[in-house]
Amino acid sequence: MKTLQNCKVLENTPLTHDVYKMVLENKTDWIHHPGQFVNVTIEGQYLKRPISICDWTENSLTLIYKVVGKGTEIMSTKKTGDVMEILTDLGNGFDTSKASDEVVILGGGVGVPPMYGLAKQCIKEGKKVHVILGFASKKDAFYLDEFKSLGVDVSVCTNDGSLGTKGFVTDVMKDKGLCDAFYMACGPMPMLKAIYTTSNSKGLLSFEERMGCGFGACMGCSCKTLTGYKRICVEGPVMESEDILWKD
Amino acid sequence: MERLSVTLCGWKLDNPVIPASGTFGFGYEFSQFYDINMLGSIATKGTTRERRYGNPTPRIAECERGMINAVGLQNPGIDKVISEEFPKLKEVYHKKVVANVSGFSIDEYVECAKKMDAEDIVGIIEINISCPNVSHGGMSFGTDPQQAAEVTKAVKAVTTKPVFIKLTPNVTDIVSIAKAVEAAGADGISMINTLLGARFDLKTGKPIIANIMGGFSGPAIKPVALRMVYQVYKAVNIPIIGIGGIATAEDVIEMMSAGATAIQVGAENCRNPYACKQIIEDLPKVMDKYGIKTLEEIIGRAHR
Repeated sequence: MKTLQNCKVLENTPLTHDVYKMVLENKTDWIHHPGQFVNVTIEGQYLKRPISICDWTENSLTLIYKVVGKGTEIMSTKKTGDVMEILTDLGNGFDTSKASDEVVILGGGVGVPPMYGLAKQCIKEGKKVHVILGFASKKDAFYLDEFKSLGVDVSVCTNDGSLGTKGFVTDVMKDKGLCDAFYMACGPMPMLKAIYTTSNSKGLLSFEERMGCGFGACMGCSCKTLTGYKRICVEGPVMESEDILWKD
Repeated sequence: MERLSVTLCGWKLDNPVIPASGTFGFGYEFSQFYDINMLGSIATKGTTRERRYGNPTPRIAECERGMINAVGLQNPGIDKVISEEFPKLKEVYHKKVVANVSGFSIDEYVECAKKMDAEDIVGIIEINISCPNVSHGGMSFGTDPQQAAEVTKAVKAVTTKPVFIKLTPNVTDIVSIAKAVEAAGADGISMINTLLGARFDLKTGKPIIANIMGGFSGPAIKPVALRMVYQVYKAVNIPIIGIGGIATAEDVIEMMSAGATAIQVGAENCRNPYACKQIIEDLPKVMDKYGIKTLEEIIGRAHR
């Protein structure tokens, strides 16, 4: 259920020079799919910040966010014990019942966090999981150990080759012969498009957009799809790959 | 609660708080947060004759104490609004709405207003002659007294319900527009719509909004709205719905003092889905604090 909740910060630590992990105390029984998001209130900033859920337990919620502007900068200064206000239960998330038994999960940059909760969910459901993570450079990489500790096949690539394979997630997908596997991905638009054109399979893709409200009222984040206009914040952020109207 | 009630053209509202068009969808999205029947009314999403997809994204840019939006009147078109959106709203909401209508020609306004007039759920028809988002749209009607009057006259000729004209602040002299629509038969005025604004990305130097410009709203525009409501109240004899930066019960009292009979809450709904509920719940204690017995008594008190 969508509610405004005050949550105690349990942890807020840097993972890289500009990526932070924030763990909030929260009863997470409202989560119904990995890939949903919360809208975080930042004091002094007019709009909330939509941040995807990376991981959760019964009583805690993990958000991984990149400092890209003033709002996330303020967020990065929060200390253990501080209180954050969040609007919960936003977005549809990844409906894993749409996926086949073998899946490839791809994350790029700040699109990596929601793929962690998704990988866990797929493992729980007994799916065969391949994870491919892409970053700009070694200094931008995070959460590799956490992914590896899930005990599944994890590959890493960087644009400059400073860590893992040099190249893009789609290069790894080709090299590993995973172009026929059902895919689920989150990352920058060019990456999502490359996955769509490279793979022979269908998949689920998580999109990003500047939002007003985050819960479907303002139409600020609408996008045109083959089956009509959809709001990234309600009918998304996860969309079926065949429903997307790809632009050049 | 009697002390909060106000009357707009014979329609008694439980309180003066109305979510503004474009910030509240067709209302039902908010019923997941609270019982929307506590609202004075709801101004529904700007409706045009045909379905509109609106502008490309990004459509939203945050600002200091506000936001810019360039949604571009995305809506399913009047027939679908009546056949699909209103029934969905009626399932969770039992009062009448302020039906916001937009158009690109007088014919379109007339056709939409006529259809809205026939709907039981519509209490007031609000004519948007001011939406600044649409490149060849409402702007021209709202910036010229003569054209504003023509739209008003044409809509009044085909409707029986009260017609409120929603004015744009992006004009040199808002009083002349207000007087023109009053003379043309408007039953009331909604004001103000958003102020035209723009923001640029610091890294790329490019506009944040795909449409470059959009409508700026939020608490930052409140002083502009208050000033204009004050000026227009002085010049006309029809009721005003005050809009612009209202976020608290104190803001409601200030706006009504300037001359508004009711108020609309816009951008604040986007940042806090409970905004209208909190305002309504806070009103009695804030009224107590300032020794206000009923809201009716403070309408336009700045002028007395």
